[in-house]
Parts: sequence; structure tokens; C-alpha cells
Amino acid sequence: MSTLNSLNLTSIPAEDEALRAEVRAFLSEAVREMPAHVRARSWGGYDAQFSRELGRRGWLGITLPKEYGGASRSPFARYVLVEEFLNFGAPVGSHWIADRQSGPLILKYGTEAQKQYYLPQICRGEAFFCIGMSEPNAGSDLASVKSRAVPNEKGFVLNGQKIWTTNAQHCHFMIALVRTSGETADRQKGLSQVIVDLSLPGITVRPITDLSGDSHFCEVFFDNVQLPPDAMIGQEGGGWEQVTAELAFERSGPERLFSSIVLFDEWLAFVRTEAGHTPEAVRLAGKVFTQLAPLRAMSVAVQEKLTRGESPIVEAALVKDLGTSVEQMIPAVIADDLFSRDSESVPLELLLTLNYVTEVAPSFSLRGGTRDILRGMIARGLGLR
Amino acid sequence: MSMDDLFSDAARQLLSDQCTPQQVRAIESGGSPQAMWSFLEDAGFADALVPEAQGGAGLSLAQVFDVLELCGSYALPVPLAETMLARALLVHSGVQRPAKSCALAQGQRTADGGLLCDMVRLGRVADSVLVASDAGWHVLPVADAKSIPSAFCLDASLQWTAEQLVAAARVDVQLAGKCDIRTLQACLYAAQLSGALSAVFQRTLQYANDRNQFGRPIGKFQAIQHQLAVMSEHVFAARMAAQLGCSGDGVVPERLRVAVAKARASEAALVVAEFSHSIHGAIGFTEEYDLQLFTRRLHAWRQAAGTESYWHSVAGAYLVDQHQGLALDLIRQTTDLHSSNET
Repeated sequence: MSTLNSLNLTSIPAEDEALRAEVRAFLSEAVREMPAHVRARSWGGYDAQFSRELGRRGWLGITLPKEYGGASRSPFARYVLVEEFLNFGAPVGSHWIADRQSGPLILKYGTEAQKQYYLPQICRGEAFFCIGMSEPNAGSDLASVKSRAVPNEKGFVLNGQKIWTTNAQHCHFMIALVRTSGETADRQKGLSQVIVDLSLPGITVRPITDLSGDSHFCEVFFDNVQLPPDAMIGQEGGGWEQVTAELAFERSGPERLFSSIVLFDEWLAFVRTEAGHTPEAVRLAGKVFTQLAPLRAMSVAVQEKLTRGESPIVEAALVKDLGTSVEQMIPAVIADDLFSRDSESVPLELLLTLNYVTEVAPSFSLRGGTRDILRGMIARGLGLR
Repeated sequence: MSMDDLFSDAARQLLSDQCTPQQVRAIESGGSPQAMWSFLEDAGFADALVPEAQGGAGLSLAQVFDVLELCGSYALPVPLAETMLARALLVHSGVQRPAKSCALAQGQRTADGGLLCDMVRLGRVADSVLVASDAGWHVLPVADAKSIPSAFCLDASLQWTAEQLVAAARVDVQLAGKCDIRTLQACLYAAQLSGALSAVFQRTLQYANDRNQFGRPIGKFQAIQHQLAVMSEHVFAARMAAQLGCSGDGVVPERLRVAVAKARASEAALVVAEFSHSIHGAIGFTEEYDLQLFTRRLHAWRQAAGTESYWHSVAGAYLVDQHQGLALDLIRQTTDLHSSNET
């Protein structure tokens, strides 16, 4: 059986699906006053208070064991939550990385002390994490990172620089991929992951303004930062393997399908009005829908494999590349629909949302692995020798 | 191993023995389909969807998905998929199922009271046709019809006289929900497209690994790798969509799921056909190379029973005119196997 017919239709288990009504009732109230162009930021939106409220309701770190503050629920429970958050455009950026990957990473590779320290804070929405991977000269070529943590009598001394680190200016901790032994030429060997408390002396965080005017990603400088001995997470030299294991989780979730969904729903609301209804718009709605539905089925099927402990890395890359293509198609075709009409009377909120999503759409296929890197991975995974 | 796995393994074996590219070519160029049909009939595939009490295998559409896909991946030049469904519908309606193969078609009454079916898919090689028209449903023998060849070599326009129509017994086929004959056909073509898409992709992948230029396999070049990656994404998505089209416990598909299936598979057909020829170069363009058996079908089946735009409009009407609130909820209803859009 090849990768391409390895996924079969599957459904979210009923006990996990049962979470939906509760979270939806909360979200309908919580985001009611937020305009669509703000909701469109969704996992790019930052609201620490909102994250703590989710924590109070037991919706952060829901897959983590109860003894660390989680709910010991299946990954499908988290899938349902995330699907609702994204479709409502809830501002989930603060806790996003901690909930999606830092928590599970610490659970998998952390010492007992690390688990007891970090995981309950993550579940309460009190510890926000960012991912320190890219550097000025290590983007798609991640193995060429130069930041280095050198052991000393008090732990490690960290020097170097990270860039494009989302929400670093608001986060408490960074899990950074750094060199702990060997040289840059050793590539994947000698890399490790360290947890960096961003309040330590010697750390400078500088936000970078993006083309839409938001400042969500940052430069982070490390100047002789003294890390404690327990900053290392997992094995010394095991950083590359740990980072790649995270990727299947990172690439196939609902956030790779629904980045433009707030815009799509806002446009649909207009198309359902007498002024907005045209045969061309109805057809276009169907074009987007018939792309999203199979993608959602694929994403659920990949999730099912992850839940069973498999590592469907190629399948996840396929979902991400296709999903981000649809996410990018949505603003392009909606703009064409709205501005191919005789009348230019389009609701302002819809236009603001369209404008925002159009501006940020290029990032959909950059974050989490660029399109070209993914396609290379897919090709090799499919058996191109 | 489940019943449907056994069934599809048997179908794969039979098709690989009996439906070789040479035999497909022979039937396409006018040869008789009867021998190939007999193999399929004798093995019991045509009765797969007929209830066990009536001598069939009693499988659901979802359970024969693999077999439908195989019809596509072997370019089967006889209407097995259509016959399976036609027999199940007729038996469910309490009608004697027709012998031999049976195509599906929408018909229209002619001025003189006869019946015309434009573009019957596989009409040239079928023994009978289950026709839906203003006059109701009829099973009409192809041998009696005036047959006019159509654009695809196995298709034909078929016309019956008023006398022939009267002589044929009307059958009382009831389709649940909003299903019509085009929906049934689209469901079958989406599954067959999925099979043909896989066949084209696998051949192209193999070719990229085998063909050397500039001193190495062309699959080593990033430009070729990316084209294959894009093809694989379409094959993957079309297969998931086609499975959705065939999902459910019964033999009648759900219209919105079929819209998703046929629209997505048709879009994939265009991309995959284009890239496969681009990667194969001139050899893929020849009659003797087997690729053409499949890429011609990708185009023919994209056109059959509504292209992507037809089904986009159908799906869009569900989403815009019959649904309120989040698009997610209709997506969930469509992809969640426990849900139905047609309650």
C-alpha cells in the first residue's frame, strides 16, 4: 500500500465530538463583539486573558496527563477544540505553540522535574512558549543553525541569534534548537533543544513589523545568557530528531485548512443576501467547499494515524501543501468575485477582512516549512530515488 | 480480512489477467466485449450490490469502493460499475435484473414519442441501458436501438422508437433524497477517476525513476520532483473525495457528497493528465505506450456526468441557499460518516 492510498475515511469519536457544543456555546459569546477582520487573525491573534480563561475551563493541554494539570483526553478532543477556535476566529495565539507542541514535547522528552514545572503552567495558560528554530542564515536549511550553548559549571552559556520567532515578545519561554557540540559543518549532529527563560539577563527581543502592520514575529539575541543545567530538554545531540518528530503534528492540523475560513464565512453571509447572491458566487462557494471537505477528511485521517502512534510525515506534508494552497486561493477568488460585479457596494467589514487575509496569505505556505521544502519531502517520501 | 477486501483482491486478480492493455485496445477498436463481460459475470462482480437474498453479495457502495476504483485503474472497457448499481436499484424496486451488462442514461422524449439518450457512457459496449426520462424508468436493449457513435470510442447516442418504448416494461425505481441518475453516474465516475489517477501517477513516478537524461534519472531534478508532488496531492485528495461520494450503508449515494467527489476528482484529472504527459515527453503521446489509455479516460470521465463546474454549482447551492452559519458545519456533515445532509 502506498502513501497515497494509506488514508481511509474516519470519524472523530463521539466522546470527543461531544466537546463541541460546550466550546461553541462559550465562543459564540466570547467573540461576539469582535469584528471579522480581527477574528481573521485567529492563531495570529494574541490575548493572554482569553488564553487563561480557556485554561480555567480545562481546554489547554487537554491531551496532557491529569497529574500534570491536563485532562488525559485523546488528540481528537484537541482537534475538536482547535477546529472550533479557528472557525470562530478566537484569539488563540498566546498559548498556541505551548498547547500544540511545547507541552507534548516536554511530556515526551522532559525529565520528571521539567514535566512537573512546565506542564501545569501550560495547562493554566500561564506559560506561553515560542519556537526558536530559524536564524538569519538558517531558514529552510535548518541544520545550519549557529546559536550555541556551551556547558560551564553553572549549566550552559548561550550565544547567538534567532529570527522570525512568533510572539517572542509576549512569551515566557522559548524552546530553541542550538548547537551543543561539534561544528556547523556537522549539520544535524550535535544539535540539541534547550528551554530558554526569556526573562534571563542577556536576552534582547525585537519585534519585526510585518507587511500588514502587525508585529507578531521577532528577532531574539542571546548574549552570554547563563542557562541552568536543566535547560536541556531531551538528549544532548538529539535535537534534530526531536524537531522532526514534532512536524507531523504541526503540519496536518486544522490550522492548515482554516486560516482563511473567517473570510470565507463573512463572504458567504454576503452571498446569502439578495444584494450579494449571484450564480457565479454560488458556484465559487461550491468550488471552495468541494476543496475543503476532502481536505478536512484527510486531516482527520492523518490525526487518526497520529493517535495510533504512527508518524505519517509524508501524509502530513501533503495535507499542509494542499491546505495552504486552498487557504491562499480563498482571498484571491473572493476578491475576483467581489470586484467582477457591476456594483461596488460591498460591506466594509468584508472588505477589511479580505484586505487583511490577502496581505497575510503568503505566510500560510512559509510558516511550518515552505512549499518547496514540503514538495521535496513528498517526492522523496513517494519513492523518487 | 473482510468480505470487501476479499472481493477487491479477487477483482484485482481478474482484471490484471483479463483486462490487459491489449484487450482494452481490442475492444476500443471495435472488438466484442462479450468475453471480458463473461469473466466478470461468472465471478459474481455484477451482483455485488444485490442483496444476498436475491443471490448477490449484499455489499454497500462503500464496500465496493475498491472495486470501482479498480475499474478505473485497469481502464475497464465494459460497464461493470454501472451494471452493479443498475442491478441493485432494479432488485430493490422488485424488478427482475437484466442479463448481461447495463449502462445508465438520462433520456428525453422525441417528437414522435420515442426516446433519445445523448452520449450514453459505454453505450457502444453495453447490452442494455437503464434510462430515466419523463416517461419514467425503463430498461432498454441496446441491440434494438439506433446507435450513433459518440466522441469517446466506447460511448454512443442511442435512440428507441415509440413502439419499442411501449413494449419495454416501465420499472418503478425510487431514488432516496435528491439523487438523480446523473448523481449516480457521477459517484461511479469519481471512484473510477480515483483509480485512473492512481494508475497515471504510478506510471509517471516509475518513468521518472527509470528515464535517464543528463546522466541521471529525471526524477532527480527538482522541477520534476515538484510536479510529481503536486500530482500526488491531487491523487490523494481525489481519492478521499471519491470515498466520501461512496460513503454510507446503502447503494444510493448522497448528492452533496457526490458533488464533492466528482468536482474534486475532475479537477485532479486535468492537472494529473497534464503533468503526466509533460513528464513523459513524446513517448507518452504515442498510441503504443499505455499512458494514453488512462489519460484519455481522465478527460472523458471529467466530462462524464458533469464537470467540476457543474458540481461546484450544486455544492454551492447547498452551502449558500440551504445552509446558515459556519461553513464548517456543512463540511462536518459531509465528512463525518455518521451524519447525513438529507434528513
